Amino acid sequence: MSEGGLAALADPPDAPAGLPRLLSGTRGPASLEEHRRALDVPPRSRRSADESLLALVERSGLRGRGGAGFPMATKMRAVASGRGRPVVIVNGAESEPASGKDRLLLTMRPHLVLDGALVAAAAVGADSIVVCADDDDVLTSVERAVAVRRSSESSRLPIDLASLPRRYVAGEERSIVQLMNGGPAIPTSAPPRPFERGVGGRPTLIQNAETLAHLAQVFAFGPEWFRELGTAQEPGTRLITVSGAVAHPGVHEVPSGMPIAELYRSAGGERGATSGVLVGGYFGSWLTPAQAFDARLSDRSLRRFGAGVGAGVLYFLPDGACGLVETARIATWLAGQSSGQCGPCVHGLRAIASTVGALARGGGQDAAAKILRWSADVEGRGACKLPDGAVRFARSALATFSGDIEVHRRRGTCGAASDQALLPTYVATSSTR
Amino acid sequence: MTVRRLHLDPIACDGHGLCADWLPEMIRLDDWGFPILDPGEIPPELLHRAKRAASACPVLALKLAVEPARS
Repeated sequence: MSEGGLAALADPPDAPAGLPRLLSGTRGPASLEEHRRALDVPPRSRRSADESLLALVERSGLRGRGGAGFPMATKMRAVASGRGRPVVIVNGAESEPASGKDRLLLTMRPHLVLDGALVAAAAVGADSIVVCADDDDVLTSVERAVAVRRSSESSRLPIDLASLPRRYVAGEERSIVQLMNGGPAIPTSAPPRPFERGVGGRPTLIQNAETLAHLAQVFAFGPEWFRELGTAQEPGTRLITVSGAVAHPGVHEVPSGMPIAELYRSAGGERGATSGVLVGGYFGSWLTPAQAFDARLSDRSLRRFGAGVGAGVLYFLPDGACGLVETARIATWLAGQSSGQCGPCVHGLRAIASTVGALARGGGQDAAAKILRWSADVEGRGACKLPDGAVRFARSALATFSGDIEVHRRRGTCGAASDQALLPTYVATSSTR
Repeated sequence: MTVRRLHLDPIACDGHGLCADWLPEMIRLDDWGFPILDPGEIPPELLHRAKRAASACPVLALKLAVEPARS
């Protein structure tokens, strides 16, 4: 870092070398005192955007870690150039049932995320921050962290908390904005977009908790440090929630672009122990083990399979389990997560899910053709991306488990134990506060 | 230069399907009766019926959006 007022921070005390970064330091929850030993107090927010901070974010190349992978600097600039004083929202919703990274961060490193939110607020010139979460432990952790700051650090921006219902589409940006504006936490379709006019009609920057944690470190240790790990296009580390056929499931912090095979091995996965890999989340894609173990954890590498890192979920289907049965169960769950507003989503996802179910039971004349046709019809026709994600998930299962489909057709079943649910789900809570 | 395209509010749309009667060249219905729009620009000779399709919608979910032409 050599530019302007940031030069004073050029030699931070403890830039973590190597891994982990976000999860470095203490094993348990980091207190404010422990946190401040590693990171200086973030800058104050002024009435207007801070160009040097925006340039810093740009140089870091930081991309969103919530699923879409959008460049953070671009989003920030859009918010900063909007009309009115911006608001920053920390999206702590863990809508993906197989993901645990944001919950882990917000309970173990709440101050890192809050510092990131303060940096973001200073960059865009925001005057308030709201942390949204759908988990009681997370809300308690953040509440405690905010209280500690209030008593021991000179007062900065007001940081409020908001409880989101636990529902797949509640963590979507427009759902959050609608909830903050007094409505239900379900997506909206009408413009303007949140970055133009969101909460209270003000430009609203909504960032995933992990993204903000990275931002805190980008500010503290510099964009060059940030780029030392990861790939040129997708720099930094990522929190990946690994589960399924591995000895050590859980959240792993890895450099972006790490070979999936390497992460599988280091999580204690054994050769031949998996028959399919779900990448991204339930809006993600099933890959065959051969595809997955030939790919890296970057959108660039996964693109050729129509997949992406998404919310950082990696699930290894145990060999002997049935990918069709699991896909049918999750597709049914996803259909039930629809907010019920858009016809193609309401009807299409239900039809697709029940037809995947028919395939898994060995029936369904031209079921695969029907699923493909409906998938093409439904895609892009929802107010949010739920239908697009659900059809990507179902379609990728048809390709990945094509051999199983054949076996099911001949024998009615594949003989795998199908009474045990493997991939996690949750029961949605009501959309009122 | 501007062009007109069909634009649907998917939340407002209730699948009445009247739009597809007016403009079958650009609107087809899916298996549940909800319209699938042709994303292309509305050719001048269909513009009149496109307007009728939009005003036929009981919930005004269909609009004719004016957009800059893609060069």
